[in-house]
Amino acid sequence: MGDKGTFWMPQSASTVSGEVDALFYLTFWISTVIFLMVVGAMAYFVIRYRRRSESEVPVDEHDSRLFEYSTIGLSIVLVLIVFTWGFKVYLKLNVAPPGAYEVQVTASQWKWDYTYPDGTVYAGDLHVPANRPVRLVMNSMDVLHSFFVPQFRIKQDVVPNRYTSVWFEASVTDTFDVFCTEYCGNQHSGMLGKVIAHPQEEFDLWLSEAGGGDLSPEEYGERLFGQNNCNTCHSIDGTRIVGPSMQGLFGSQRQFASGESAVADENYLLNSIVAPAAQVVEGYPPAMPPSYGSLPQDQLNALVAYIKSVQ
Amino acid sequence: MSVATATTEIPGKQVTYLNHEKSIKSWLLTLDHKRIGLLYMSTIVVVFLAAGILALLVRIELMSPGRTIVDAQTYNQFFSLHGILMVFLFIVPSVPAILGNFIMPIQLGAIDVAFPRLNLASYYIYMVGGVLVVAAMLLGQIDTGWTFYTPYSSRLGAPIIFMTLAIFIAGFSSILTGINFIVTIHKMRAPGLTWNRLPLFVWSIYATSIVQVLATPVIGITMLLLLLEKTLGIGIFDPALGGDPILFQHFFWFYSHPAVYIMILPAFGIISDLMGTFSRHEVMGYKFVALSSVAIAFLGFLVWGHHMFVSGQSAVSSIVFSLITYLIGIPTGVKVINWVGTMYKGSVSLKTPMLYALSFLFLFSIGGFTGVMLGVLGVDIHLHDTYFVVAHFHYVMMGGTVVALIGGLHYWWPKITGKMYNETAGRIACALIFIGFNVTFFTQFVLGTKGMPRRYYDYQPQYADLHALSTYGSWILAAGLFLVLFTFIHSLMRGAAAPSNPWGGASLEWTHTSSPPSPHNFDEQPIVTHGPYDYHHYYHGDGQSAEAELAPPSKA
Repeated sequence: MGDKGTFWMPQSASTVSGEVDALFYLTFWISTVIFLMVVGAMAYFVIRYRRRSESEVPVDEHDSRLFEYSTIGLSIVLVLIVFTWGFKVYLKLNVAPPGAYEVQVTASQWKWDYTYPDGTVYAGDLHVPANRPVRLVMNSMDVLHSFFVPQFRIKQDVVPNRYTSVWFEASVTDTFDVFCTEYCGNQHSGMLGKVIAHPQEEFDLWLSEAGGGDLSPEEYGERLFGQNNCNTCHSIDGTRIVGPSMQGLFGSQRQFASGESAVADENYLLNSIVAPAAQVVEGYPPAMPPSYGSLPQDQLNALVAYIKSVQ
Repeated sequence: MSVATATTEIPGKQVTYLNHEKSIKSWLLTLDHKRIGLLYMSTIVVVFLAAGILALLVRIELMSPGRTIVDAQTYNQFFSLHGILMVFLFIVPSVPAILGNFIMPIQLGAIDVAFPRLNLASYYIYMVGGVLVVAAMLLGQIDTGWTFYTPYSSRLGAPIIFMTLAIFIAGFSSILTGINFIVTIHKMRAPGLTWNRLPLFVWSIYATSIVQVLATPVIGITMLLLLLEKTLGIGIFDPALGGDPILFQHFFWFYSHPAVYIMILPAFGIISDLMGTFSRHEVMGYKFVALSSVAIAFLGFLVWGHHMFVSGQSAVSSIVFSLITYLIGIPTGVKVINWVGTMYKGSVSLKTPMLYALSFLFLFSIGGFTGVMLGVLGVDIHLHDTYFVVAHFHYVMMGGTVVALIGGLHYWWPKITGKMYNETAGRIACALIFIGFNVTFFTQFVLGTKGMPRRYYDYQPQYADLHALSTYGSWILAAGLFLVLFTFIHSLMRGAAAPSNPWGGASLEWTHTSSPPSPHNFDEQPIVTHGPYDYHHYYHGDGQSAEAELAPPSKA
């Protein structure tokens, strides 16, 4: 889309982002004007009243109480204006309109899972209908995370054992960044995703095929491998990232840190996803979180099928 | 309560607190507030260097997306240790422990603090905390940031136990220093030194001490609860044990927000003294400036929830916290206006300390205004946990406190060491710090509004240019800071002898002590007859001419 945002703000793409920006620029310009006045006075005084001789001792002026009190009064008025406006925008950001389309969000180290009203579980990217309010009901499987879409100007922490929620209405059909903004461990900066806002019909079509549809298990597994951010730690070309590469993994002899060894068969692959701490390959840190164990069985099958195919 | 030591006469040389005793023991077990101030200074400079080098490494890693010099795990530990060292071992103790210890009792006309032994104990308790922090660092794995948010921190092993214990112990140093200073200021003022005649540096140390005594126990309790949870498995903060992670954030910020004022209030005091002396003019609105420190200390306890607007706390809490956050901006604004106004009809001298004071006014104002912007509910949702917040608190903490501390060190350096420093080098260093700081951190405001989250090892390509610029700025900043260090070292080795009052200050440390002061500060009990910024009285009031007072070391 053409909208690249302003100097300060990124693209504005939700029904509330324009109001947030207006509020930002209001406070920005009030602050800038007062700041320039302060710095201007400072510069003027430094030049005007520079010390002209070492023995000069100026006569003290008596303080003006009126000046002090009017400064205090004026600043109270200004901050109350900004507060009230900030409060109104906050209420709007907080209260989802009735009838919003609801998606369940599950955060875990280090991926986002989305569960749609029809039961479809989709990892990685959030697909939503544009021009319709969407409410996300979120919780975390492990530590704190935070769901942030800069282009929508929304953010909400995601907490274990507690639901938090956030809503937005995408005003354009486009793709937007999702960042995790609460530190959640080693791959915090890799806990990324996209929000893809579709026209309603396109969204309906997408949802009907989201569960894998006509894809082969390998193709579905390849998609899941990307969606679940497996590729931030495991390469498919032999490069070492954090964990072992998937290239040529299936059928190879694995040497474990415990001293044992095994041949990588289907059961080994499945166990390594579901219980990664059980058999840690020698020379690698036990860094993989156990959260992938919660993937649905059909997705686990597809992932195993895909990893087998990476040669 | 005096420093009970035998004074050896050194022929032909003035007896000062530096040379009246020379053994290592006389330094390590000293009860002299001035020597304890120097012990703190040497330790705190080492901490600042270590944490500063970590910051430079963090910036180099962020110079380009993806891996630049270290892996994610190492990067995460670097930024965490940078924060922990800077907050708990550098900036919280910095101004009160160094300048508060050294200067405040002299400004009161006292021979020492009220409890000299307690003062020495505070230093060693701080050292125990410091050693435990180093132990935790060597054990590795501390990658929680300085905030230790649960449940992530609950899942780390032994290192987090060491780290929480370290902060628990270092907290006692802070509490004891606070108590010591409060008693000193109440009970040990010279005759005639009424509350209305206290230098504003003393007022700000007083306000800081109150916050230290009231707030620090809360971080102690929090760390203890974390420790109990880890060792005994009691569910307090960890949801896996039935605890509540948001409760931890409430506890943590109930200390850590007031702690922000522990960090900045003493800097306010330094700036007040600098503006007065280098404008040779009464600090405008003395009572407003003094009482605004107390107002900030009080209101500082009521705004912790503004760190938690997106945490899941109730909307009503967020609204109340936002409102009080604005209120705290008002006394702060009053101070800035009064500092600028102090120059009005004054006689402004642009010596190095004054350049730092003016840099402070510029940088701290930006820090303050962006703080108000972050307090705006609707805007904070977008800016929370982005680089905008990182830039904001560096403008306040570094552009504010650190710049004021360096300015204060230049100002009191002749008094502390008896040596002058090279004025040109001092000014160049100040300019480098000012430019480097703005290049490093102003870019981060833009990164933040554009959505760049903090604590990211890797980032999207659209942020690459600004990150690179910020890294280049950090090198200019580092060059400036090293030049400060060289200027001071050069001064110690080659500096000219300092007169007792090189700047023409009007408070007791300038008018009634030599540079450096004698072991007991004063040769006779000073009697105060005028305010700390009454330069008129000082130059013309008691029959002495300005020239006589400004002449090099008077024997009194």
